[in-house]
Amino acid sequence: METRRDIFQALADPTRRAIITLIALQAMTPNAIAEHFDSTRQAISKHLQILTECELVTQKQQGREIYYQLEVDKMKEIDQWLIQFRKIWENRFNQLDEVLFTMKNENK
Amino acid sequence: MNSNLKFEFEVHKENNTIVVKREFAANLELVWKAWTTAELLDQWWGPEPCRAQTKSMDFREGGHWLYCMIVPPAVTGAETEQIHWGKQVYEKIVIHKKFSGTDSFCDENGNANPELPKGRFENVFSEETNGKTLVTMISTHASFEDVEAVIAMGFKEGITVCFTQLDALVQ
Repeated sequence: METRRDIFQALADPTRRAIITLIALQAMTPNAIAEHFDSTRQAISKHLQILTECELVTQKQQGREIYYQLEVDKMKEIDQWLIQFRKIWENRFNQLDEVLFTMKNENK
Repeated sequence: MNSNLKFEFEVHKENNTIVVKREFAANLELVWKAWTTAELLDQWWGPEPCRAQTKSMDFREGGHWLYCMIVPPAVTGAETEQIHWGKQVYEKIVIHKKFSGTDSFCDENGNANPELPKGRFENVFSEETNGKTLVTMISTHASFEDVEAVIAMGFKEGITVCFTQLDALVQ
């Protein structure tokens, strides 16, 4: 529960969400990531640090550069959680469709 | 049957809000009735094979709906069915337009469980030109942690399992 809350807080920030979208395609260096934003390099580093702490991204050393990559499994975990909740409402509404259908016929 | 009905589910983590929009193929009057009448709510609020049962409902400002969700033993593996109580208190009602109030987990007498988060809800109804009705549900909590706790309760109660089983039947 502890980590999960952290993940949601990490994702509450629009810049961090944008970073995730960016590195979902390919691992990138902090400089390459920063080029996509108006924020300072320090601000981006801070965002990357928070994402790393939540294990949403990991670092990997390649030559002299550090690359950040997305932890796809961690993202899936969050999606599963919310998808289940969405499903509750989806199914509930399907039942309501049937109730409304019956009500309509009774009114005729 | 409902593939052409709009369904949107948005989680706004920045303000701890979940917004659900759904179109229904019926006029406003009928949809409003299905959402505000105990006998009708009992028919759709509990997901099969779970079911919802109203203990009391007083649909007016200051009134409340006290209901329980009954989870059959087959779902949880327990020996007997499990019963979970919920209460909605109505604060503002504008007939055929919207109603809002608070949502809580409680006991059979409607005493809210202080350990579980209370939420706020607002259900807005609007008639569309094509004979359909759009319902927008806005559910707000004090923190995202609360949102998670509410979702987690659904799992714990076995309600989510009911849906999973339903899916299995359909597939």
